[in-house]
Amino acid sequence: MCGNEAMAEAAIQAGLDAYFGYPITPQNEVTAYMSQRMSEEKRVFVQSESELAAINMVFGAAATGKRTMTSSSSPGISLMQEGISYLAAAELPCVIVNVMRGGPGLGNIAPSQGDYFQSVKGGGHGDYHCIVFGPSSVQEFADIMPLAFDLADKYRIPAIILADGILGQMMEPVVIPTNSKLNTHKLKLPKKDWALTGADGRKQNIVRSLWLAEGAVEQHNYDLQAKYRQIEKNETRCEQSDVDDADIIIVAYGICARIARRAAQQAREQGIKVGCIRPITLWPFPSEQISKAADKSPIFLVVEMSCGQMVEDVRLAVAGKTPVVFWGRPGGGIPTVEKILEKIEQLTIKPKK
Amino acid sequence: MRKQTNHLYEEVTIAGFGGQGIILVGKLLAQAAMKAGKEVTFMPSYGAEVRGGASNCMVVISDQLIPSPVVSNPQCVIAMSKAALAKFEKSVKKGGTLIINSSQIDVQPKVDDSVEIVKVPIDEIAVGLGNAKVANMVALGAYLQKRGVFSPEEAAESLPDVLAERYHVIIPLNKKAMQKGAQFVKESVG
Repeated sequence: MCGNEAMAEAAIQAGLDAYFGYPITPQNEVTAYMSQRMSEEKRVFVQSESELAAINMVFGAAATGKRTMTSSSSPGISLMQEGISYLAAAELPCVIVNVMRGGPGLGNIAPSQGDYFQSVKGGGHGDYHCIVFGPSSVQEFADIMPLAFDLADKYRIPAIILADGILGQMMEPVVIPTNSKLNTHKLKLPKKDWALTGADGRKQNIVRSLWLAEGAVEQHNYDLQAKYRQIEKNETRCEQSDVDDADIIIVAYGICARIARRAAQQAREQGIKVGCIRPITLWPFPSEQISKAADKSPIFLVVEMSCGQMVEDVRLAVAGKTPVVFWGRPGGGIPTVEKILEKIEQLTIKPKK
Repeated sequence: MRKQTNHLYEEVTIAGFGGQGIILVGKLLAQAAMKAGKEVTFMPSYGAEVRGGASNCMVVISDQLIPSPVVSNPQCVIAMSKAALAKFEKSVKKGGTLIINSSQIDVQPKVDDSVEIVKVPIDEIAVGLGNAKVANMVALGAYLQKRGVFSPEEAAESLPDVLAERYHVIIPLNKKAMQKGAQFVKESVG
């Protein structure tokens, strides 16, 4: 199965009630797969007339308390930003998958990680965050779907999966996480007593993102921020390998992290102590883990398929304690193990003979 | 000091034009590798592909976790067309293998001296079997014989997984095509 299909099936297994999307390369397989499987499952599939329509359909479905998602690639996700801001304001749970491609503009259809800023720093207007995941294998792309839906429901927040063209298109062996006890599983999550399900016999629920009363939006922002601090505390996820004795620590996410990991292993074989930190959640960012690793003063090397976006968060976390170096390729260029190894060697003082 | 590693790490690029079954044969190789218990990745060229246009895919087979499915210098390239050869001949790793479809390629590949060139009249063998479309299977057979990650027979077991059900009637023909490709390499190259 390719990453797009594995993720789509995992979403269905996670109890997806409604999928809305508009095709775009490199994630067309999602729409194609959903069109068949969602109707087989007698659930909702709509190929919308545009990405704007898709994200607003997600808003509507989420407001009724159903599990809903959309997927697109970079230019399409840009079109959705207004809707995502509204979803964040109205505190509606949903999942948005971005299979990133080269930008800016229509760019190309090659894999990229150029949408990091857009995803973790907002993207739409206003002070808000979405939980952002950066899976690095087809298996993780699938495994993250049930988690993304659960966290979205738990915190009433949109969750974004930031994948790239490689992850979407590549095939590797995968075990789809099935959730046969879905209903009991859902019970652990808070009841969606805010959802619009018909007010017969109960008080009216209102889902909105507009508050005109004086101070209301200010207060709403404070409430949102309190929620974000909770998420930062509870949901930050990252993977660390060989960090303790490392002279160089590579920070990379997604497909880049796999390539970096191999480079680190090869460097170790040459006697250079290299470790890796792989953020699994990009927001909340594993700042604490990186800050802690920085105490031992390794050099940080950040590798991305962009001109340097996550590197800014690494610098903030390191807070000047030790140097942070960046290397990356934008617009569809893919870093190779050899090139990363070369960078590692450049950062290493060779022992005198 | 560099530690000696004898892990299996086989990267192969299969290239040709749309309609030659490049993607299908790559999937077959990947599926067979998965069944053989290997780590495997398959990466297609994607997007603006049309019949007759360039098409290629990359397969990596290993007994370790695979860092990148995107291969810049594979140990083996299978070039099914002239255009594919021109695009990928320079990418073959030193000491690697280049398998070319000599039915379509009449030029001498520009490769490092250390690269072994295996010329197989892939289309002719396929036509000889009565169906030009099985050229991809001939190529896979030749590849498996040459590189020996597993046997054509093992690969053939995955045919029902990758072929649409309406094509299952021609599985025997596909198997035969693989055997013929392997046989050609065995007899001509040794």
